[in-house]
Amino acid sequence: MGIHRGHKARPVEWLAEKFIFLVSLSAIAMVLLIFLFVAREALPVFFGQTNTALIQPVIPTAEMDKHSPAELQQYLELTPEQYKTMDKDTLSALMDVKIEALNDVPDNFRKDPDVKINTSEWKYLIQPHQWSGYPKPEYIWQPVGEIKKFNIIPLFVGTLKTTLIGLLFAVPLAVGAAIYVSQLARPRVREIVKPAIEMLSGIPSVVAGFFALIVMASVLQKVFGYQTRLNAFVAGIALGFAVIPVIFSIAEDALTSVPRAYTQAALALGASRWQTAWQIVLPAALPGVFAATVLGFGRAIGETMIVLMVCSASVMSWSIFDSARSITTTIAAEMGEVVTGGAHYRILFMLGSLLFAATFLSNMAGEVVIHRFKQKLEGKK
Amino acid sequence: MNTVSPGQYLPETSGDTARMTRHFRAEKFDFSSFFFSGLTGLATLLIIGILVTILTNIIMSGWSGLSWHFVSTIPTKDFFDPATTGILPMIIGTAIRVFLMTIFVIPVGVITAIYLTEYAASNSIITRIIRAAVNNLAGVPSIVFGLFGVGFFINFIGKNMDLVLHNSAAVWGHPALLWASLTLAVMTLPVVIVATEESLKAIQPGLREASLALGATKLETILKIVLPQALPGIMTGGILAVSRAAGEVAPILFTGVAYYMSSVPTHVTDQFMDLGYHVFVLSTQSPNIDQTRPILYATVLVLLALTFALNIVAILIRARVRKKLRSMH
Repeated sequence: MGIHRGHKARPVEWLAEKFIFLVSLSAIAMVLLIFLFVAREALPVFFGQTNTALIQPVIPTAEMDKHSPAELQQYLELTPEQYKTMDKDTLSALMDVKIEALNDVPDNFRKDPDVKINTSEWKYLIQPHQWSGYPKPEYIWQPVGEIKKFNIIPLFVGTLKTTLIGLLFAVPLAVGAAIYVSQLARPRVREIVKPAIEMLSGIPSVVAGFFALIVMASVLQKVFGYQTRLNAFVAGIALGFAVIPVIFSIAEDALTSVPRAYTQAALALGASRWQTAWQIVLPAALPGVFAATVLGFGRAIGETMIVLMVCSASVMSWSIFDSARSITTTIAAEMGEVVTGGAHYRILFMLGSLLFAATFLSNMAGEVVIHRFKQKLEGKK
Repeated sequence: MNTVSPGQYLPETSGDTARMTRHFRAEKFDFSSFFFSGLTGLATLLIIGILVTILTNIIMSGWSGLSWHFVSTIPTKDFFDPATTGILPMIIGTAIRVFLMTIFVIPVGVITAIYLTEYAASNSIITRIIRAAVNNLAGVPSIVFGLFGVGFFINFIGKNMDLVLHNSAAVWGHPALLWASLTLAVMTLPVVIVATEESLKAIQPGLREASLALGATKLETILKIVLPQALPGIMTGGILAVSRAAGEVAPILFTGVAYYMSSVPTHVTDQFMDLGYHVFVLSTQSPNIDQTRPILYATVLVLLALTFALNIVAILIRARVRKKLRSMH
């Protein structure tokens, strides 16, 4: 903008501009830091460096020097930084503790074939496994007890179930309302409806979860007459409440930004208001509506408190009237009880980074679609 | 709306043009237009209905449980008993964490918005990356912010501060008010940036040009002309950020909130109790939900009143900013 001046002419101006520029990079820095630090805690899982097997080959304290630092660090389940800060005495003390812990496994467990399994390997994270005592291979997320089972497939199914129900409920309502408000309603109706839907987005998710748990669950159970009172269906509908404002505002924006020339031409040719809205404006705004749905999806899979309060049991079931445990719920419910640096802790961070990646991609896709859509409309003006 | 039935205008062997038009209009108009306008209108009505139902349910049931004693009492460990419980420490905890967050987020957000509108070339690569980053930050799930708070603020910054300053004593490297506020500040950064940017764009370019023409430098123009004009928008951003943060629970779950504390926090390294988290605790961990219901509703009502009051103020200010913006174009 304007004339460029050398920094010597106005040093304060020059400094201020550089400072403002640096601060404005903070948004980029934050996105990078989030990715870096969430993924960093999860790295050992991605590389298979965690070990949850109850019975492991014991390294006697005396043979400490025969093993490489990397091996010892992994054996003692330490981070590289922790390992570096420890001197040899601390390490050998830790090794004694480890041997004690390894010897501490109850005898009746020693015969169980599962105790030697490292359940945090990728094989056990995503494939079904026939655990001892089970008649067939199963997907199980059960991070408590002696043998911790970390199969993440039930969590993915739970997330998909609640998210899809939420979207199936929210998209028709939100897009319908967006069409009505932007194309068919009188201006006065618009002035009331738009702030009202903005207010809906102001309801904290913990309040939506509370409402679903205390009021809606019983009402829906009476209406539909299913068995489990708290299930994926209730959670999905409540998720819909949180997603409707997101989809509505983006879709309404897209529908409004269709040039008036389109509408006027259609109306002049004798089309009714509804025909104009349905056959002219909606197809023109379709990329925007699609982007709204994608961004709504991103919001729905990231929503935590609603699903956490409404349903929690992780069952491997595609039925919408069964309980479901989503990825976000799992992190929220279990993070408080894990040992920092342990396998469970790392797997929760791994789930977090997958979640971050999923929302990052859906956001990017949504933004790109909207950007192209706006450019196309502007080019045609 | 035309209410004639389609059969009324059936074309005869050779109708005149006006009649044909009426026939066309009658046939096309009547049913589908009415039906689908009704359908989309119904969708709108249903959404409004959901909002009204939630609000009336909470206000009707929450009102009776609300009393001065309830909002001004520090409860004992067993806060499920309606007779003795109160939510004073939760209100204070929420207020402090939100206030601290504002201190962190407003300067950074406003300066970023100033860069984007006043300095940056609108289509340079760096501007586009900043905008993409802001949009992405707005879409990151709140629970991931919580994980980030643990991984970055507590385990990295906090633990390293302890290592350097306190010889590894756990002063900073644990969940605390400061880390929760910082996590929330990162989360609400996009809200402040977007609102401030909107209000900066609503300022007439003539004002800036006049100021520059009178010999003011760019920095002087921004500080003395642009920022005072943009104040309502900056306030909107701040209020929206506060109302968003006040109701968020997921990011503070492991960065600072406490299940129970006997006193209010006095230092930024203290943990705190929180209204939203208290709603979660009351509704999921109560030993007797029928007994807890009145205080649960009252707590929800206080939380909702807090966020909605802030929201309504923000919406009103923003409506004025937008009106100004529209009148310019």
